[in-house]
Amino acid sequence: MMNYLWVSLMALACITAGITGRMAEVSAAVTDGAQQAITLCLSIAGLMGLWSGMMELMQQSGLCEKITSVLRRPLSLLFRRASHDRETMECIAANVTANLLGLSNAATPIGLRAADKLYDLYGRRGTPDEVLAFVVLNTTSIQLIPTTVAAVRASLGAQQPFDIMPAVWGASICSVLAGLGAARLFAHLGKGREP
Amino acid sequence: MLVPLLIAFVGIYALAKGTDVFPVFLRGAEAGLHTAVGILPTMIALLTAVTMLRASGFIDLAGQAMQPVLSLVGIPSDCTALVLLKPLSGSGGLALGQEIMRSCGVDSYAGRVAAVMLGASETSMYTIGIYCGHLQLKRTRYAIPAACVADLTAFISAAVCVRWLG
Repeated sequence: MMNYLWVSLMALACITAGITGRMAEVSAAVTDGAQQAITLCLSIAGLMGLWSGMMELMQQSGLCEKITSVLRRPLSLLFRRASHDRETMECIAANVTANLLGLSNAATPIGLRAADKLYDLYGRRGTPDEVLAFVVLNTTSIQLIPTTVAAVRASLGAQQPFDIMPAVWGASICSVLAGLGAARLFAHLGKGREP
Repeated sequence: MLVPLLIAFVGIYALAKGTDVFPVFLRGAEAGLHTAVGILPTMIALLTAVTMLRASGFIDLAGQAMQPVLSLVGIPSDCTALVLLKPLSGSGGLALGQEIMRSCGVDSYAGRVAAVMLGASETSMYTIGIYCGHLQLKRTRYAIPAACVADLTAFISAAVCVRWLG
């Protein structure tokens, strides 16, 4: 996937440059882009390190578990079948917590475990609606603190790198609701065909 | 003002719970630095491609082509390509996003919308691939359409939220 994506981005640039006659600009962009990558990564490293440290503190001090236990109840409304299974609910809540805190390294492994347990509850057959709802939930971003974006904004000299947070929350909430709503709607529409 | 308070709160909470605060923080910070350096090769590849694409004029052309549709919902034309790239590649999205913020101005409308788009959406197609591949689902049914609805909503509401919430 990345193979095709990367090569087609560059090929597209060359073809467009051929048509618009901006080959000189494009070849200047090659050196510029590679150099920018170094500047970007180095200038976001400080904030990324800081947040990663804070997250480690949240995990080690038990703050993450606290958030997980708060989330368990509302989430069991969303996953009816799983709500009777403590272990599955635990994994789902831990996945959502990790996503909320932007712990993407932790979110995926625990998320896969949650998806496995959820699928087990359905006897690992077909493509159950609750499993799909969980996958769709993970395709939406529910991050409380958009660390990476804030770090990029800081590296570009934004006045207040974190002041986009309310807008990010608003857009995230809309997106989560729309995703889950669409999943529910599609599930309902497909009821006749899927046993 | 929220961020410093949060940092202080986490520190005090961890101290109160008897956590070995400083070493734990250092361990996490080191992991964060590894992440920042770890994405370097990817960013070199993608920022080069994205900067080339921008210099070639493709991004402007795509923006103009989709302008009539996107301007209806207030998405600036500079952010058009981000709508197409972000669901496919997280680091590609980040590369393009920072390019938009840099060239349009980090605190400009387009720059802020780009930042909110990045913060409010996930690399959906990649995520679906990982989960469905892991579970070995034969059919993904409506996973992709539902994820697209979520992404599109995130992008549209990003523009709306930047106008309303700053």
